[in-house]
Amino acid sequence: MKRFAALFTAIDQTTKTTAKTKALADYFTQAPDSDKLWCIALFLGRRPKRAVTTTALREWAAERAGIPLWLLEESYPIVGDLAETLALILPPPQQTSDHSLTHWIDVLRALHDAPQDDRKPRILEAWDQLDATERFLFNKLITGGFRIGVSRKLMTRALAQATGQEEATLAHKLMGGWTPESTSFHALIEAENPAADQSRPYPFYLAHQLDDTPDTLGDPADWQAEWKWDGIRGQLILRDNAHHVWSRGEELMTDRFPEFARAIDFLPPGTVLDGEIVAWDGAQPLPFNTLQPRIGRKTVPKKLLREAPVILLAYDLLEHGGHDQRDVPLADRRAALTTLLADLPEDAPIRLPPTLPFDTWNSLTDTRAKAREMRAEGLMLKRCNSPYLSGRKKGDWWKWKLAPLTVDAVMIYAQQGHGRRANLFTDFTFAVWQGNDLVPFAKAYSGLTDAEFEDITRWVRKNTLQRFGPVRQVRPEHVFEIAFEGIQPSTRHKSGIALRFPRMARWRHDKTAQEANTLDDLHALLAAYG
Amino acid sequence: MTEPVLTFTDRGIYCPAGDFHIDPWRPVDRALITHGHADHARPGHGAYLATTGALPVIRHRLGQINAEDIAYGTARTIGGARVSFHPAGHLPGSAQIRVEVGGQVWVASGDYKTTPDGLSEPFEPVRCHAFITECTFGLPVFTWPSQDSVAADINAWWADNAAQGRASLLGAYSLGKAQRLLSVLDAQQGPILTHGAVEATNAILRTQGYALPDTIPVTPDMDAKAHKGALILAPPSALTSAWARRFGPASTGFASGWMRLRGIRRRRAMDRGFVVSDHADWSGLHQAIKATGAEKIFATHGYTEIFARWLKTYGYDAEVVPTEFGGEEEAS
Ligand SMILES: [Zn+2]
Ligand SMILES: [Zn+2]
Repeated sequence: MKRFAALFTAIDQTTKTTAKTKALADYFTQAPDSDKLWCIALFLGRRPKRAVTTTALREWAAERAGIPLWLLEESYPIVGDLAETLALILPPPQQTSDHSLTHWIDVLRALHDAPQDDRKPRILEAWDQLDATERFLFNKLITGGFRIGVSRKLMTRALAQATGQEEATLAHKLMGGWTPESTSFHALIEAENPAADQSRPYPFYLAHQLDDTPDTLGDPADWQAEWKWDGIRGQLILRDNAHHVWSRGEELMTDRFPEFARAIDFLPPGTVLDGEIVAWDGAQPLPFNTLQPRIGRKTVPKKLLREAPVILLAYDLLEHGGHDQRDVPLADRRAALTTLLADLPEDAPIRLPPTLPFDTWNSLTDTRAKAREMRAEGLMLKRCNSPYLSGRKKGDWWKWKLAPLTVDAVMIYAQQGHGRRANLFTDFTFAVWQGNDLVPFAKAYSGLTDAEFEDITRWVRKNTLQRFGPVRQVRPEHVFEIAFEGIQPSTRHKSGIALRFPRMARWRHDKTAQEANTLDDLHALLAAYG
Repeated sequence: MTEPVLTFTDRGIYCPAGDFHIDPWRPVDRALITHGHADHARPGHGAYLATTGALPVIRHRLGQINAEDIAYGTARTIGGARVSFHPAGHLPGSAQIRVEVGGQVWVASGDYKTTPDGLSEPFEPVRCHAFITECTFGLPVFTWPSQDSVAADINAWWADNAAQGRASLLGAYSLGKAQRLLSVLDAQQGPILTHGAVEATNAILRTQGYALPDTIPVTPDMDAKAHKGALILAPPSALTSAWARRFGPASTGFASGWMRLRGIRRRRAMDRGFVVSDHADWSGLHQAIKATGAEKIFATHGYTEIFARWLKTYGYDAEVVPTEFGGEEEAS
């Protein structure tokens, strides 16, 4: 554990990517194979099966620290991380040990089959042998969520440095449903031809935001334009008479979207499609909030299947006849995709979304203005001769979104953030005018700089009118421009509307509260864009 | 029912019997000041009273003021109140203020820490009936490592940077924290450079006789890169400004009690966070409260609601006192 803790500390205490990569590459060179494999799995967000509930962990830690449980519970949101909270409140260890990362994972796995009464003493014993950082990491093994600033890309690069393999090859090897229990470092990383995993997806290619005007991209003839759909990015894999659906976050969503089971009736095995999963009304996508309930559910009730049926708007072909197509130029992939999807029945859960013909960037700008009518967020621009890259690489794919909708609103409630933003007020509720009343309509917590959050925090502390637990009602004085992607009617909100992705676009120091927008203004936006 | 010795008003802590305020945040006629930090020593009062150790810095910060100094432990009568100042261990000259009226003793702690830092006059527990305590770090997650171990970490970081050809930029509050760090740096390791705000306080404290190692003030015309392997002490805000670029490749560090939390460490986006605070940690708060023998506790400045609730479960009569905050807590 000391080596893993040293790796964590090295990564955590630098802001420089090169230093992080080097620390990780060193670890991949020096650590035992089983620790390396677990390290990869943990940083990709996996963890051993949970043997102890977090409720039990909290109780045991509070008891060991000699504090009431409520005090631990109050501390947790301020620290922002349960594993860290527990590590911080526990008294210093009385023993030392230097077992491997895998040893501690084995301890946790053994716990899973141990009698209930044995679990607490074993956890307390572990806490008593680990120093503060090791303890934090040990707790993380139980609670999960190793977000420590190691992106998939950074890890792939470190592995490439340590093994001499290509980053793209490694990125692909890391995809899919493997677990450290089901494979080995050798089989996953080192073996020439990794044991075929029929469900393994390809690394997604992610677009960059286009901030300049599109004429900076050069000749329009080199580019393909599509609508940018507002759904869930997904990969549909058809191999060996089975289908698999992966999200961009590498979550297996096959059971969540039973509609795609039929795909194997229409499409040959050895096909992998990339596209956007959207709720579909037969002619166009339904608003994103119709899709929302489908995302959280592992199994789908019939009623929901009827109300929010999904399809895949398939815009790319990554595997064809069992062959990897990613090096084939986009124009050729598109042609093959068009042929492949040409004869699908009308009610198939897969559709080929159109490409949008254009001769000049000006005419495309006009097209983009119609995106909201098409229930799209804007346009995608893809270079016709580009291969399908992995990760977020600049140059070939651009998202060219519509400017967001905006309203000016008054901040009326504030709440402290947690984690990175502990002791800052960062979560705000905004209101618009209805006569002389302020009606809350949106919450937002992003869009300001740290310095602005520090300013507003000082102000909130001095201008609190009333406290409701952690929420403070503040003097209605500050106006913020709230940007959002979409607007929908809602019966759950007092204002009668719900916004998509609301965020603070600007702090309008130049406006007084009286100059903020009204509820009528919001309803006008709803009528126009809802 | 006896009248309270101290009351809480929209200007701050007030003593009706003596007609004075303690660390008021709006202008008053007569202010007793615990220490020179901006959230305690504010401009605009008619008369100031502070310890002999604290007053020079307060004068420097506030300019022309009508002020008088008082030695630690010396009693003085103001109206119907007897007041005295006692070391708070927060920074050189910092005080808790003891107020006695008709046999009732109340103490306003100001900011304090219970562990000696080798520079400030060590915290002195004062027996009282009611104790107004700060609780900036009044959560069980805040426990401080020993000063020696953090000093070793900072010196090791500095040595490592010097070996790699990097400057060490260390951010710390310019009054108190910076001098405390100075006093534990291993001056043999290389030159110590200071930002103007830090050096101004250094100069005052040196005149007062506090022992600080030699420092080189950073001036606009100096060749900052010529001081190889330097450690530069500066207020945190200077570290992210253009001012810091003159030193070339550098590693950044920040010394604060908040560095105990990983989330805040990451928000600061510094290479290193060192857990050093001039406020009491969780156990320090308890130790201090216990040592006063007080039954009535007022919690102010920090996680007041949680801390007061906890004190109640411990059998204390505890209450929350609202404070108008300045901006110090970020640098605590
Ligand atoms: Zn202070
Ligand atoms: Zn203070």
